[in-house]
Amino acid sequence: MNFTMPNLLPAYPEICLLIMVSVVLVVDLFLPERLRYVTYALTQLTLAGCALLTLNVAYLTEGQVAYTFSNMFVADLMAHALKLGAYIAVSTTLVYSRAYLADRGLWKGEFFALVLFALMGMMVMISANHFLTLYLGLELLSLSLYALVALNRDSALSTEAAMKYFVLGALASGLLLYGMSMIYGATGTLDISQVAKSIATAHPNKTVLTFGLVFLVSGMAFKLGVVPFHMWIPDVYHGAPTAMTLLIGSAPKLAAFAMAMRLLVNGLLDLAVDWQQMLVIMSVLSMALGNLAAIAQTNIKRMLAYSTISHMGFMLLGLLAGVVNGNWLNAADAYSAAMFYVVVYVLTTLGSFGMVMLLSRAGFEAENLDDFKGLNARNPWYAFIMLLLMFSLAGVPPTVGFYAKLSVLQPLLAADMAWLAVAAVLFSLIGAFYYLRIVKLMYFDAPTDTAPIKPNLDMSVLISVNGLAVLALGIMPQSLMALCYFSIKSL
Amino acid sequence: MTSAPWLSLSIWIPILFGLAVLVFSDRHAAQVRQISLIGAVLGLAVSLPLYSGFDTQTSAMQFVELSPWIPRFNIHYNLGVDGISVLFILLNSFITVLVVLAGWESIKQRVAQYMAAFLIMSGLLNGVFAALDAMLFYVFFEATLIPMYLVIGVWGGPNRVYAAVKFFLYTLLGSLLMLVAFLYLFDKSGGSFAILDWHKLPLAMTPQLLLFGAFFLAFAVKVPMWPVHTWLPDAHVEAPTGGSAVLAAILLKLGAYGFIRFSLPVLPDASHALSGYMITLSLIAVVYIGLVAIAQTDMKKLIAYSSIAHMGFVTLGFFIFNAYGVEGALVQMVSHGFVSAAMFLCVGVMYDRMHSRNIADYGGVVNTMPKFASLMMLFAMANCGLPATSGFVGEFMVIMGALKHSFWIGFLAATTLIWGAAYTLWLYKRVIFGAVANEHVAALKDIGAREFLVLALLALAVLGMGLYPVPLTEVMHASVNELLKHLAVSKL
Repeated sequence: MNFTMPNLLPAYPEICLLIMVSVVLVVDLFLPERLRYVTYALTQLTLAGCALLTLNVAYLTEGQVAYTFSNMFVADLMAHALKLGAYIAVSTTLVYSRAYLADRGLWKGEFFALVLFALMGMMVMISANHFLTLYLGLELLSLSLYALVALNRDSALSTEAAMKYFVLGALASGLLLYGMSMIYGATGTLDISQVAKSIATAHPNKTVLTFGLVFLVSGMAFKLGVVPFHMWIPDVYHGAPTAMTLLIGSAPKLAAFAMAMRLLVNGLLDLAVDWQQMLVIMSVLSMALGNLAAIAQTNIKRMLAYSTISHMGFMLLGLLAGVVNGNWLNAADAYSAAMFYVVVYVLTTLGSFGMVMLLSRAGFEAENLDDFKGLNARNPWYAFIMLLLMFSLAGVPPTVGFYAKLSVLQPLLAADMAWLAVAAVLFSLIGAFYYLRIVKLMYFDAPTDTAPIKPNLDMSVLISVNGLAVLALGIMPQSLMALCYFSIKSL
Repeated sequence: MTSAPWLSLSIWIPILFGLAVLVFSDRHAAQVRQISLIGAVLGLAVSLPLYSGFDTQTSAMQFVELSPWIPRFNIHYNLGVDGISVLFILLNSFITVLVVLAGWESIKQRVAQYMAAFLIMSGLLNGVFAALDAMLFYVFFEATLIPMYLVIGVWGGPNRVYAAVKFFLYTLLGSLLMLVAFLYLFDKSGGSFAILDWHKLPLAMTPQLLLFGAFFLAFAVKVPMWPVHTWLPDAHVEAPTGGSAVLAAILLKLGAYGFIRFSLPVLPDASHALSGYMITLSLIAVVYIGLVAIAQTDMKKLIAYSSIAHMGFVTLGFFIFNAYGVEGALVQMVSHGFVSAAMFLCVGVMYDRMHSRNIADYGGVVNTMPKFASLMMLFAMANCGLPATSGFVGEFMVIMGALKHSFWIGFLAATTLIWGAAYTLWLYKRVIFGAVANEHVAALKDIGAREFLVLALLALAVLGMGLYPVPLTEVMHASVNELLKHLAVSKL
């Protein structure tokens, strides 16, 4: 039997990561508790190394699309960009979580291994060009996250959240697999580019195909957390330790976006008319339910969870505006707008959950909205950062959240879906109310908690950078917009 | 004098000073006040060349600055002023100086944040008036909400949270639909956000009407026109003195300016078709809100309602489509900027001493504060449109224009002279004249040098405009004529 060595270059970052996870896992076994920072440093170094490798791959492939492992794996500009985003998000999460987890006795070796495995899952998902690769990545990510949510095993709330997450997640994976099998039945291939080719030329059985599509979209919707597959989001976000919530709420959204792009755009673009209709419904429902339910929350993690639902609904608007009447002219605009939206969302989420952790301390979770009362009196700088983050989530200029909304609305208008744009802005008006409430609590109310806020230096610097980035990108959004545009254009 | 980028300077100098004072804590309140004053005065100084170097012969944009900002959406950092917008930049920079002075002693907590909010807001407002790119306009327009929200909410009265949230959400509702309208025009114009391109863009009647609706919501809320005015009394009553002054003097002008910059020139046919409704709403504001003002027992509320009535005059002037009307409306906007700011500052002077806005708590103030009473007299007269004050010029021109348009509209508009006199003079009589009402009034101290300076500057402006309005009207003349010419041509 002939064995030809596949071209490993496009997968260098993944390979490096796999080796390093093993190293981290083994090294940590031999480290005493007080040397845990070595594991931490190794993990951060791994992330930096992966980032360098990704840049290197992008440089060596000259930004061209590179396939490997019998076309199961693809490395294109979108993959590079999203992976870089994921490294930054995970690395930031680790910095924000350090004190928080140490205070709660969760600063353990397995945390790092699980986080890196989750990252690995995301990277595989992002680079998947085959249904099975995609599924593999998804499961790697999900299983690591289930375990992470349950890491605080003495907390009933966390265990319950992990259980819910696992049961519903398994269901969603089942849906996804079932959909994949249908598509396989109709087209005879699992390779995403082949599926596209087959649909375009071979005219497979439309009923089976559409049936499969419904399941695929359901599975994807679950991972994004849009209505009606959103049930797990509030409970998991609330029940998981905040560090894990941040991990679930940030980088995996990039991977879920990549999954949507690979499945719907790379694979099933010819069925756009069918899936766009589904996305319209999910999007409107998500914006409605997410924004309305968020108003009623008193727990900030639950509030941000519902806000996630509404934001993912908004992001779908970008995905569904791409193809109009078989016309693709709009596609790159629309999909890059969705990508920009996700990236901005992740950036803002990092900051806002980071702030929740910053206000927490040993034995105290700053989970309730009231814990933000009078933050301006306690520490004007952090209040200002949180103000920027909240206005960005609300989409008020000059923060970057505004441009995210703008860039999604523009293709909608170009696609003659003005009514959807009007609905979207009306829902974001409702959304503005609960973000404003946080600002109100911080600025207009007197503090109830007067404990000093003393974060570590690294966290303090990073969260400031994070907040200011929201403002700086709001004043100069061009570079990030262009990056997203070229990433999508290269598909 | 076009060598320096005066417009950019007038936007960014206040903002930079605002950010700079933020680093100080309350221990350095004195320094904060001084730096803020320097920032405000510098902001005024760099906007003066806009007037002195202004060419009154042309209706074209002047002091234009153009550089790409977000090429992805063809958004430019495009600034420029014509004879209409230049006035408001001057007005705004001037009012900012007064507001900084007015908050000198009355604000004791979080001084740096207070001053920063006003300086940043001042820069942003200059940006709104100078923007020639719709998205730049929108960014400035929306960004002003944040400092104002904080000003009302942090330094406001007992019901400040309600007022602040209502203010924010009300205005956000309007502006979000305006954003959709902007994106629609971007799409229709083949990918341009340049406002001047949109002026030339042909549009069918249905889109014009829909766009007019979206713009109407955004701008009518800001003006505010009846029946979307209800946020204004709340916001005014709860805001601190400086906040009320800026709100009345400048923020309300954004709405009217939006009509002039967007609704009228971009949608001339819809404007003509709907002018009847707009005139009706304006007249309701003039007459009905005028009557509502009479019934108020709270001084700030009374002046807030009087603001709505006066702004009704402005929208009336725009939608009768003749030179008297439009120029009169613009003069009225500037005059109202001075007069309403002055009235709110007067209330602020009294509130600082008595901590009450209730008319019933006052009476006979003239006995203890004669200097103050005489200055307020002037502003009250201007508020009811007495000849030789700025209030008269604008109202007179709008009434002339309305009479040309239709006798009855002119007649109803002219009744403002009665309502205005009724609520203003009655307020003045109850508060200032009569016997000393109680021991608090008896203990009042007259205004000090700083308060005198603030009010005297405004008094000079009010009298100057009233006696010799030509410098003002000649600046706007060319631009208004151009606008009217443009409006007369159908875009269908």
